[in-house]
Amino acid sequence: MIELKNITKTFKSENGEVSALKDISLKIEKGDIYGIIGLSGAGKSTLVRCINFLELPTSGQVIFEGINLAALSYRQLLDKRQSMSMIFQGFNLLAQRTVLKNICYPMEIAKVPMDQAKKRARELLGMVGLSEKERAYPSQLSGGQKQRVAIARALATNPKVLLCDEATSALDPETTRSILELLGEINKTLGVTIIIITHEMRVVEQICNKVAVIDGGQVVEEGNVRDIFLAPKSEVARNMILPKSDGVKMDREGPNLRIVFDGQSAFEPVVSNLTLECQAPVNILGANTKNIGGKAFGQIIIQLPQHPASVERMKNYLISQKIHFEEGGIIHDHRHDSDV
Amino acid sequence: MTTDMILMFKDGMIETLYMVFVSTITAYVLGLPTGVILYITSKGSLCPCAPVNKVLGIIVNIIRSVPFLILLVALLPFTRLIVGTSIGSTATCVSLIVAATPFVGRMVESSLKEIDAGVIEAAKAMGSNHWQVIYKVLIPEAGPSLIVGGVITFTTILGYSAMAGFCGGGGLGTIAVNYGYYRYNNRIMLITVVLLVIIVQIFQEVGMKIAAKSDKRL
Repeated sequence: MIELKNITKTFKSENGEVSALKDISLKIEKGDIYGIIGLSGAGKSTLVRCINFLELPTSGQVIFEGINLAALSYRQLLDKRQSMSMIFQGFNLLAQRTVLKNICYPMEIAKVPMDQAKKRARELLGMVGLSEKERAYPSQLSGGQKQRVAIARALATNPKVLLCDEATSALDPETTRSILELLGEINKTLGVTIIIITHEMRVVEQICNKVAVIDGGQVVEEGNVRDIFLAPKSEVARNMILPKSDGVKMDREGPNLRIVFDGQSAFEPVVSNLTLECQAPVNILGANTKNIGGKAFGQIIIQLPQHPASVERMKNYLISQKIHFEEGGIIHDHRHDSDV
Repeated sequence: MTTDMILMFKDGMIETLYMVFVSTITAYVLGLPTGVILYITSKGSLCPCAPVNKVLGIIVNIIRSVPFLILLVALLPFTRLIVGTSIGSTATCVSLIVAATPFVGRMVESSLKEIDAGVIEAAKAMGSNHWQVIYKVLIPEAGPSLIVGGVITFTTILGYSAMAGFCGGGGLGTIAVNYGYYRYNNRIMLITVVLLVIIVQIFQEVGMKIAAKSDKRL
């Protein structure tokens, strides 16, 4: 559907060149909800703007449905942009237009006759649940409502891809959830491929099936959300996924294990069984459960006794139970390290 | 007050309004594209073009830095060339338009700068070409601010038109100069001032009301 090949982007500034993207290659399949996650300054927003050529990549190719965007004329590119819509963190609605007129805007650009455009706009408003707001102006709406209007506007020209640039970052958790639900529904019912740029793991967890982790302008990790959650390899991904220790220092240092479990095993009393079976105490340092791709995932970080024999016994027990674990699964929160 | 005087004020008023309206409208018609070009060619804007931006910016700055009365005199040959005479209200319009167009241009530019860059980006992402961004996004979104700019232009031109009275510009300015300045007739001077204040007040109020009503940002 969309293929990014060796995308690089450098910005010229007064103190030399800044390299925002370094050799990024990604493949997004039709029907994916593809998350691109990274901390601020990682280059995510530049990357998403390279996909629809709002930013021209310094080198590399963007292939959209088999067509190299760089080979298109300006006019053809404008046409293509109508099949890859975009929503933004700041909603970016036209303040002087009513909700209905905002949704009509892309159809005006696409030269859809006015009466037809209005009809379609009303349908879309119904879909995002804001039918009664068609005469309202954006300033009269809440953040969540504005984003719903922006989504309706983005869908007006029947796009194949929806690019979401930190679309939920300005919203509270409850509204974020409902907007993500709406996006999921759009993906399912309309078959729109969705690319989500975010710095929040919970967004990826709730909705994405694939994810790429970006750091320093590079893809440091990429794959199914489930796989990356189970075994994050990169420093950034580990930081975002693993629970933080908040700088608490242990009196007794022992090896840490991160036990990861999915669906069925979440209901088994893994830790109790472990201590009963191995006759040794463990210290629970952190735990959480999350809903990822409709399945419950959880992780517990435990500290094992210092005695090597019992550590070995415990590991063997976990292996025999086919429970996924890894050693050293704790991340010290460096922000606190200096104060301790 | 004699009927003659009333007639004189009536004529002066009509001449002033004629000059101000013609000049404001023409200056706005010329100044709007000037401002749009200044805006879109600036760095990081719609179609950045440093040479065009620089040259236009310098021309605008030069005209704006010449005091109106001096500009008026300097333009006399040009005015004569265009309207055939250098006195009267139509002649004054020429210099008013030349003086006000760069002023309007800068005002339009600053109105456009108020627009959130994100909205322009969204319009581009929806496949709008430059022209569509200008007339469907930039100008409507800046609408209320552009109306305020129009009102300010109107009052500025009104002030300039009175100055033109010193050079036989016609209108209330000429009455004030002839009676108030040369003949020390304070009564007529005062009436002229009151009339000018009333005109400014009316247009200011009406213009601001329209601007506020057209602004949907709350």
